[in-house]
Amino acid sequence: MATLNVPAHVPAPSEDAEQLHKAFAGWGTNEQLIIDILAHRNAAQRNVIRKVYGEAYGEDLLTSLDKELSSDFERAVMLFTLEPAERDAYLANEATKKFTSSNWVLMEIACTRSSHELFNVRKAYHARYKKSLEEDVAHHTTGDYRKLLVPLVSAFRYEGDDINQTLAKSEAKILRDKISDKCYNDEEVIRILTTRSKAQLNATLNHYNTSFGNAINKDLKADPNDEFLKMLRATIKCLTVPEKYFEKLLRQAINKLGTDEWALTRVITTRAEVDMVRIKEEYHRRNSVTLEKAIAGDTSGDYERMLLALIGAGDA
Amino acid sequence: MALLDDIEALNKAFSGFGVDETSILSILGNSNHEHKKSLRQGWSKLFCEDEYGFERFDPSHVKNLKLEFKRFRDAVMLSVLHPWERDARLIEKAIKKGPKHYNIIVEIACSRSSEELLGARKAYHSLFDQSMEEDIAAHVKGSERKLLVALVSAYRYEGPKVHDHVAKCEAEILATAVKNGDRKKPIEEEEVIMILATRSKPHLQEVYQHYHKICGKSITEDLEAHGILKDTVECLCTPETYFTRVLDLGLSVDADEESKKAVTRVIVTRKEALVKDVQNKIEGCLKGFYKDFMLGLIARGEK
Repeated sequence: MATLNVPAHVPAPSEDAEQLHKAFAGWGTNEQLIIDILAHRNAAQRNVIRKVYGEAYGEDLLTSLDKELSSDFERAVMLFTLEPAERDAYLANEATKKFTSSNWVLMEIACTRSSHELFNVRKAYHARYKKSLEEDVAHHTTGDYRKLLVPLVSAFRYEGDDINQTLAKSEAKILRDKISDKCYNDEEVIRILTTRSKAQLNATLNHYNTSFGNAINKDLKADPNDEFLKMLRATIKCLTVPEKYFEKLLRQAINKLGTDEWALTRVITTRAEVDMVRIKEEYHRRNSVTLEKAIAGDTSGDYERMLLALIGAGDA
Repeated sequence: MALLDDIEALNKAFSGFGVDETSILSILGNSNHEHKKSLRQGWSKLFCEDEYGFERFDPSHVKNLKLEFKRFRDAVMLSVLHPWERDARLIEKAIKKGPKHYNIIVEIACSRSSEELLGARKAYHSLFDQSMEEDIAAHVKGSERKLLVALVSAYRYEGPKVHDHVAKCEAEILATAVKNGDRKKPIEEEEVIMILATRSKPHLQEVYQHYHKICGKSITEDLEAHGILKDTVECLCTPETYFTRVLDLGLSVDADEESKKAVTRVIVTRKEALVKDVQNKIEGCLKGFYKDFMLGLIARGEK
């Protein structure tokens, strides 16, 4: 469930656009006003505001934001203003570039979005980057990661609840056999993880747990230094219990010396309208402090206010 | 004699590609019991004398006849479906029928536009409660699996933008893979699959041109012995060549059943992209309602 707080009476998009324009005017910028508006409109509303702003002032809202804002606050506002599919396309593209490359972001996007959302990301990617997402991922990744990531981003999983228990049992066995033989990059493992529906995967993993005594991720911890194993575990987590994955990501981002702002910004802007409520619950359960407190303790200024607004912290 | 004429006419109506329903109707529809008996006795092609003293329907011909009668029905059923459902069903059947039919999967995955392929994948969810790639991955073994899964998962960029130097590098990669073909099959080469399954079609055309410059031969020539890999390469950039080849094979005199079925499939699914002289070929080979239906589809030409 979303934590985004949209007021009961939303001003007309033209009004919002005008207010935003005013916020940019003059020497400084009225960051609070920007937060008050953009952090309290849903994706459809933000889209209209962006369109209206462009028509009224001859400039894309994002361009104005880029001119006026800076660093982490700007990134948070910019990412949040983008439409979800565009945002994911942007993040994915960033993840394929040399200095910002991150297989983790690609995996996260591919596994935690629904089939239709992922397809919209691929469409948005065409439009924005004049290439297909899979071709960029194929070009910029290598070895086992490529074997895993290209099918992950190309998947169009069945989204129904139909499960085949016999299949779940047999595939649990296949996974067990491959893992026991330490064939982590085996084609069968990749096939099961990258093509089966999430419901089917859940059934398979439940069978794994019941039949073999350990949850699959426990068995995949055999070599704590193997990076690919880490990614496999994360893939499985993202496909089955995304809110736990995101909780961990947030925890690590906040506890790290300094803060991993990029991870923090990404998780919050991409999940605020999806399942942030569950992520917050999970965070509280796991860390005994609320996410709000943790963020307030670790960030400051407009960036902090933006993040807090997005996770529905009181009145921003 | 009228009987011999009838037999000759029926032979003609029952043989070939499709059946001549009109002739059959006029002859058999007006046959009484006696006439049919005479027909059976004189019609050595379809009936043979059985040791128990009756004119038995030759079993090998029964099967073929059934297939020919079905042709019109199958063509109509196929053409009435929404293109997405059509492609999804064709692929599902191809998966179940096995390796000899994998070229159909390649044909559909490579010759459809990105949106059409996406549509087929959506239809697959709806019809079979699974994703297309999951079904293929689960049923296809061996070296074809990676290629087929990758091909149906593609959502190629459809704009004209091409990266020339990348195309050149990729042509070199393909050339190397082909050269090392006797040591490692190109279809098992990950790079080859990545290039063919993810790049846009205009980009691939650039790659092919560079390949030709590097190797002096076209890539389709070099992959002649490589089964569905050749089909892939052909369908992606010169689909007309592929479809013409399939049609010619199916319309030839000694075509087998699968090749003949391909004729229906190609005409129904690609009517708007067919070469002009197909019509003449069909006039000569096909029969009956089946022929009329195919000609009608081609004449209309739209989806």
